Amino acid sequence: MKLFIPNLLANGEAGFWFPSQGSTVAESVDSVYFFILYVCTFFFVLIVGLMVLFMIKYRHRPGVEAEKTVTHNLTLELSWSVIPTLLTIVMFWIGFTSYLDMRTPPASSYEIDVVAKKWSWAFKYPNGWIESELHIPKGEDVTLTMASDDVIHSLWIPAFRTKMDVVPGRYTQEWFNATKAGTYPLMCAEYCGQKHSEMVTNVVVHETRGDFDKWLQVASDIHKNKTPVEAGEYFYKSRGCIQCHSLDGVPKNGPSFKELFGKERKFTDGTSTIADANYIRQSILEPQSKIVDGFRPIMPTFKGQLTDQDISAIIAFIKSQK
Amino acid sequence: MATVVDSSNPKSNFPIQYRELNYLNCSKGWKSWFFTLDHKRIGIMYLIGVTCSFFLGGIFAVLLRTELLSPSKVLMGPDAYNQMFTLHGAIMTFLVIIPGVPAAIGNIILPVMLGAKDVAFPRMNLGSFYLWMFGAAFFLAAIVLGGLDTGWTFYTPYSITTSTAVITALLGVFILGFSSIFTGLNFIVTIHTMRPPGMTWFKMPLFLWALYATALIQILATPVLGITGLLLVVERAFHIGIFDPTLGGDPVLFQHFFWFYSHPAVYVMILPAMGVISEVIAVHSRKHIFGYRFIAYSSIAIAVFGFLVWGHHMFVSGQSRMVAVIFSAITFSVSIPSAIKVFNWLTTMYKGSIRFTTAMCYGLAFIFIFSIGGLTGLFLATLATDVHLHDTYFVVAHFHYVMMGSSLVGLFAAIHHWWPKISGKMFNEFWGRIACLGVFLGFNLTFFPQFILGTRGMPRRYYTYLPEFQGLHIMSTMGAYLLGLSSALMAGVLIYSVYRGKKAPANPWGGASLEWQCSSPPPHNNFDHPPLAGDPYVMESVVYNEEVGGFVPVECQGDNKESVTASGDKEV
Repeated sequence: MKLFIPNLLANGEAGFWFPSQGSTVAESVDSVYFFILYVCTFFFVLIVGLMVLFMIKYRHRPGVEAEKTVTHNLTLELSWSVIPTLLTIVMFWIGFTSYLDMRTPPASSYEIDVVAKKWSWAFKYPNGWIESELHIPKGEDVTLTMASDDVIHSLWIPAFRTKMDVVPGRYTQEWFNATKAGTYPLMCAEYCGQKHSEMVTNVVVHETRGDFDKWLQVASDIHKNKTPVEAGEYFYKSRGCIQCHSLDGVPKNGPSFKELFGKERKFTDGTSTIADANYIRQSILEPQSKIVDGFRPIMPTFKGQLTDQDISAIIAFIKSQK
Repeated sequence: MATVVDSSNPKSNFPIQYRELNYLNCSKGWKSWFFTLDHKRIGIMYLIGVTCSFFLGGIFAVLLRTELLSPSKVLMGPDAYNQMFTLHGAIMTFLVIIPGVPAAIGNIILPVMLGAKDVAFPRMNLGSFYLWMFGAAFFLAAIVLGGLDTGWTFYTPYSITTSTAVITALLGVFILGFSSIFTGLNFIVTIHTMRPPGMTWFKMPLFLWALYATALIQILATPVLGITGLLLVVERAFHIGIFDPTLGGDPVLFQHFFWFYSHPAVYVMILPAMGVISEVIAVHSRKHIFGYRFIAYSSIAIAVFGFLVWGHHMFVSGQSRMVAVIFSAITFSVSIPSAIKVFNWLTTMYKGSIRFTTAMCYGLAFIFIFSIGGLTGLFLATLATDVHLHDTYFVVAHFHYVMMGSSLVGLFAAIHHWWPKISGKMFNEFWGRIACLGVFLGFNLTFFPQFILGTRGMPRRYYTYLPEFQGLHIMSTMGAYLLGLSSALMAGVLIYSVYRGKKAPANPWGGASLEWQCSSPPPHNNFDHPPLAGDPYVMESVVYNEEVGGFVPVECQGDNKESVTASGDKEV
């Protein structure tokens, strides 16, 4: 719901109270805010004005006693109960309708999955690319489907005037339609521990859908943009290796990658081999063929999911874990 | 020295007894304090405990604000910062504001105001003080045993996973809860059974109505906090799966449980302060309170509505839209009784004879600060604006205006208003008012900039922040320094008065309620014989007496013998 309430200090641009309006709901949130602000300012001036007036006019003077006045007046008391009630009903109503707009994701929108964890954001685009910054096209409905890996976080983009908690154990949604190209801060608003205040990243709004698609294509062409070790690290994190293979030497479901490359591996069938590029490639594509002693045969195959170039990058990454 | 009235004095027919023995000096030695059953001594011990906690929490606040002078490190790292804001919040909430007015001031004043000898259950009263001490000791233990970094709200699953002393602190909260419940129960029974002849419900001073409403919340809501705390302890210790999503629990359930107590608790903090202000404004304006019944009813209305609005803390938590809408609508209902009170206080001042005593200055500061605190609540009750403002500095500013600015300023008003009664000494009004001005200016300088920070995009509980917010943070920190110094000055003025202050008359301000009829400080059992209660706001029933240096009942003024009837239950 849009109210045509002027913001005396700014309009659309960053003002005294708000950062600049970056989404379609921002204008209605701001106008609800200014409606309440003007009502409150009126009552505040009334209350403090009367108080100061009485303080001056009825201050104690020697020999002058307080005047006896009526001790209650039903009409007066009812009027200052009913008028504020009516005003709060208006406030409730405009806040409620704007809220419904911002909490009802449009039927068809561009969908991005979000995973929040201590203390970073992972935005997963429809083509599978994962980025720690949020990129979106201007003028298009975007819906975030959010999950948390650990504790409660909350995704807030002040310029968009929208916020939603990210709760472990359930999905929450947040949607917006950006109105202006540019870069805006995105932060975690729910206290989540040591680096809560550093869980801040950017929303980059691209001018057109074409610009956005081009960015996504370039960004997700990983082998062109990154060194093999960086690309390997990306796969390590985004394809789930990280769940079972640590980098610190502590075995989880699978052996740690620390100092793995070039070492001898003993298998459950009694054989052994040196962990070289061919061994790692075989373990990724046919994980059940050689099971390291002391571990269960639970790794899924990545055949058809990773190209040889991807696997080379992973090998380079494992090799770098000295 | 005020004149001591003895039997040779022609005006010795005062019912006010000037005597050398009072509750402070009637018995000596530490045992006479630690095992006392006198509500006034128990109240004094609470007041000392609350004051120490206030300065401990205040030192944390000053350190936090110092850290925020710059986005980079000033004094401490993020871990220390997170522990400090948690302890600041937990100490100020559980050890200062919740027991401040009801347990400390209420304990001292409630029975005297009722014309009673003591509370209904004096032993239970002493017991609840020791429970409070015990609970406070657990908090101190938590500080020593690795701190606490969950925020005072203990939100799961963070509070399940953090390595800090969550269990110790929760046990402290649990014990403090019992203290609070016992105090509430004691007050309810006292008010029901020990009102003196002539004091009907609607002749009861409004401070007692406020304490009564507060006590209702204390005994109905606090058990929920206790159980929630225990569930969290069990969850941490045995991994049952109540709140932990990895075990099939629901973290949002914790928030429902927590706020089901903690929202009503906000009214435990503010209602007694409102009661204080009703007394202070009436007495120091020398006017009958305006709209007595509306103020009394509004206290009860706030207590009842306070139970129905907890979900407004959870508009962005993932609860359903329908629930959010219902909670938003009910939340507005709380604002109406609050507005009624403010207008009633203003009208009470109309055509009064306002004396700017320190207590009155705090009363006026309360109206100013509470208006801002209450009105900014409207932005947070409104759904669309709350989504943007939730968990930002706007919320920090709002609840400090209500909890610190209003509840604590109410406590300060209460302390100054009843200080002559409590200590038997007059404090220095000049320095008292300077401290009040400092508190008022320091407070507003600290917290007003935070509204702007919040709307502009500064989240709460941030150790570091975007550089554009630094200017406002510096302002806020300067305000905090002023506020801290002024609070210390206030404490200094009061403590000085105990040693060097003028002896206080029974009724220095001209109040008409019963506590002003006994001597200052009151004798051990408050009254020789049960006083006759009339309308507590007929200020004409007392007049200033030069000789006494305070107010005396009209019938005791020699020349006014004929106006005896005006004192008691005359309707105005």
